[in-house]
Amino acid sequence: MPFITRNPILRETAHTLAPTTLLYALYVQFHGDYGPGGGFQAGVIFSVGLILYALTYGLERAQAVLSRRTAEVLSAFGVLLYALTGVAAMLRGAAFLDYSALAQQPLSGQHIGIMAIELGVGVTIVGVVMLIFYLLTDTGEAG
Amino acid sequence: MESLLQAYHHLAVVFLMMTGFYIMVAYDNLVKKLIGLNLVQVSVFIFFILMGKVGGGSAPILAPGIEAYANPLPHVLILTAIVVGIAATALGLALAIRISRACGSLDDRLIAHLERDED
Amino acid sequence: MSGQLLGCALLTLSAVAAVIIARTDNLFSAALLAGMSSLLVAALFLSLDAPDVAFTEAAVGAGVSTIFFLTTIAATGRQYAYAPSRRVPGLVLAAATGWLLFYSMLDFPWLGDASLALHDHVARYYIEHSAAEVGPPNVVTSVLASYRGLDTLGEVCVIFAAGVGVMIVLGRFGHSGRAGQSSRRGEE
Repeated sequence: MPFITRNPILRETAHTLAPTTLLYALYVQFHGDYGPGGGFQAGVIFSVGLILYALTYGLERAQAVLSRRTAEVLSAFGVLLYALTGVAAMLRGAAFLDYSALAQQPLSGQHIGIMAIELGVGVTIVGVVMLIFYLLTDTGEAG
Repeated sequence: MESLLQAYHHLAVVFLMMTGFYIMVAYDNLVKKLIGLNLVQVSVFIFFILMGKVGGGSAPILAPGIEAYANPLPHVLILTAIVVGIAATALGLALAIRISRACGSLDDRLIAHLERDED
Repeated sequence: MSGQLLGCALLTLSAVAAVIIARTDNLFSAALLAGMSSLLVAALFLSLDAPDVAFTEAAVGAGVSTIFFLTTIAATGRQYAYAPSRRVPGLVLAAATGWLLFYSMLDFPWLGDASLALHDHVARYYIEHSAAEVGPPNVVTSVLASYRGLDTLGEVCVIFAAGVGVMIVLGRFGHSGRAGQSSRRGEE
């Protein structure tokens, strides 16, 4: 890994920023209904936090947190979660992705549906961005 | 004055897009071409968001007491386009790495020469 | 008015960054300048009442895409591009296309005009009905997730496909795949 820095100021800054970024990503994910935010932004911000961690402590420790295999599974799982939410609405007698049928009240059904698919979007993006990052930094020595 | 400022916005969008286009045409280096492609993307994003602006409006987050909102439709389109754009760029970069491993060069003219020599 | 002045200033700065990108042969500084210009554009989006897009552009353009470019430059080990070899055709093409584009843009409606047909169709419907039909105060979220849910599913699939594409191009699929198969055959 050519990226690991030994500069103490950069290390200390990244050490403080990485967990804050991860927490902020969760806020953006679950507050997306009320303010600006949502799955797309949260997924990217979460992966930026993880990449910052990888740049400070090296790829091995980042892959101990989220391995390449996990990233592959996550990227597929998010798409699956999104599509299954649509299928769940179909099973309850509505059209594909019509969340109003997911609960007794149409509005709370919409809320559940939006939460589920935003989570799917966020998970897919974390998986894909981390997977691409691992593959781009993989210089071929390990394989 | 207003119309001048608006024409300036359009001019800047076209300028950004054409700078990216020039980089893609003029340079041989594949990574440099992708940076140019990124500039073109960003200029298209700016153009869409400019269209969604409503004078005196506010961000499209419903709140009591606000009458006019910006058009949310371009925002939705561009939001997803940005993330799809980075995914496409990453695919291009992956191809560039693979090409540089196979040919030992990122220069599209050199790569074309190598191919011709092999034939 | 002041917002438009701010927009012009931000656009000028990112145009300057673009010119420097076009002139430098150093890929490292070109990637960093592209990230910086993305951050300026994110500020412009914020001044155009698009906080969601500004968010995404700041995180993607200034964060992830810069990192991807830098890792690529490190992985290929080439920090410098050769001088442009098609400078004249590039300039001619860019100037001609740019003139055509700007000429056709002169007919465009003025920015921020609330009476445009553009703001009158579905956009008005979404703003007036999304609170009662979908719920979230953020109209962008309700359009993205609910009204246009199928579109977004397509976008997520495109992103997933790009991830799979990078995996095919760069991953060592062949080795791990064959190893997995042989071990499974061993179990049988």
